[in-house]
Amino acid sequence: MGEVSRFWRESVHRYRLMGNQCGNCKRIFFPPRDVCPICHRESIGKMKDYTLSGNGTIESFSVVHDVPPAFTRQRPYIIAIIRLDDGPSVTGQIVDSDPGEVEMGKRVTSVFRRVAQEGESGIIEYGYKFVLA
Amino acid sequence: MSDVYIIGAGETKFGELWERSLRELAVEAGLKAIENAGIFSRDIQVLYGSNSLAGIINGQENIGALISDFSGIAENHIPAIRVEASTASGGAAVRQASLAIKSGEYDVVMVGGVEKMTDVYGSEIIDLTSSVLDREWEAFFGATPASLAAITARKYMADFGVDKEALAMMSVNDHLNASKNPDAQFKNKISVEQAMGATPVAEPLNLMDCSPVSDGAAAILLASEKYVKKNKIDGIRIASSADAQDYLAVHSRKSLYALDSARIAGKSALEKAHVKLDDISFAELHDSYSIYGLIELEELGFAEKGHAKDLVFDDIKLGGRIPVNPSGGLKAKGNPFGATGVGQFVEAYRQLKNKCGERQVKGAKYALLHSMAGTGSMSVVHIVGGE
Ligand SMILES: [Zn+2]
Repeated sequence: MGEVSRFWRESVHRYRLMGNQCGNCKRIFFPPRDVCPICHRESIGKMKDYTLSGNGTIESFSVVHDVPPAFTRQRPYIIAIIRLDDGPSVTGQIVDSDPGEVEMGKRVTSVFRRVAQEGESGIIEYGYKFVLA
Repeated sequence: MSDVYIIGAGETKFGELWERSLRELAVEAGLKAIENAGIFSRDIQVLYGSNSLAGIINGQENIGALISDFSGIAENHIPAIRVEASTASGGAAVRQASLAIKSGEYDVVMVGGVEKMTDVYGSEIIDLTSSVLDREWEAFFGATPASLAAITARKYMADFGVDKEALAMMSVNDHLNASKNPDAQFKNKISVEQAMGATPVAEPLNLMDCSPVSDGAAAILLASEKYVKKNKIDGIRIASSADAQDYLAVHSRKSLYALDSARIAGKSALEKAHVKLDDISFAELHDSYSIYGLIELEELGFAEKGHAKDLVFDDIKLGGRIPVNPSGGLKAKGNPFGATGVGQFVEAYRQLKNKCGERQVKGAKYALLHSMAGTGSMSVVHIVGGE
């Protein structure tokens, strides 16, 4: 899945962990949404950009052995769902740690890294990953 | 509104069917269903095709036309539509077909589900099946269907003090039942030790927690009450159907192990059918990963939250209190995405007709069928049986 434009379109959010906030109920969302799922039409036109701190807690994780082609070089890697301090949860890799060090409840912070590579000389995708804090 | 009846059912063997094409599989299942119903193809008024991934795996869209054309009914010029709801396509297609009959527009409808998954090389299938997730905010970062199920499993086991052995028992049960199903992908029984010691796929889940890559097709014919009475057909009634949606990505849901779509669709289907859980003779659950089987037992009401572990060692077996997946389930009958949910109806039809031989659920009266999209973004629940 190497369509450049699709991923380039989202890159600003991916590079800076930029979500948004509902101007009506003040809930924070990541990824950003055009409509708040709680406030519906009350939120339209009131969703404001919000850059997340990148600090959070590991809710749960998996050590992935059967991986898609673009992730072959990273195998095995740790994919986790992180509860960010600002509210929303995100899916991302935990890097720079042995699987034995990673535990549910541990604190993490976001870093900017290469995420995937399409083939030997293919497109390189960048985005956020997480490291133990 | 008319009641809806299943009047015929057929399926191919599920498995790695290297020598069979997408269209051959679809046609085989369709013709078997027509023959089983004892009707003529000219009696079919509309075709609903169920398929998830043919566009990206086989480079083939326009599945409705493909199935109707090669089933030999192109000259009948009936509508043929493909329903796509990821891995819940099968349940969703049957529900749309039922509604088409209930509307009064049609009396005889065919639903055909098909998936041809072995047409890609190596780990490419992991990328393609990850299209059932949120591509940009889950799969982009390396999340796969198995790894998200594993994230759910780790949290569930920790919060409720559930051992890995309980998950393994879902797969042990699936394999035992599949060993008695000639259409199943796997015929081998497995021990709990084998289930727990298999190669890791996405820890804490291993190969025996994960449904396989499968090819296969399944088809059923549905008819109105008027049609079955006029033609004196002994059909199996679809007592109710319901579906419910949830957030696409796991990280957006209220908990990592809540399957709200299953809970809401299940409750609604039971209410519409005026059936209690105690009346259900067996359930076919969408256990694409072992952990989902346990959580579904809870969300559908068979166990309290965290207590499916009390059912999986005995109650879910054939002859137990609530037999689960007499067909062999997604783990062992197989999981050809678009065919999986339709295949559940083939099993239900045969069970309720008392034609399942060694794996027959004795005195089966009502079946609960659960078809789920991806990690739980949608569930479709049908209650089948009764008068
Ligand atoms: Zn809001």
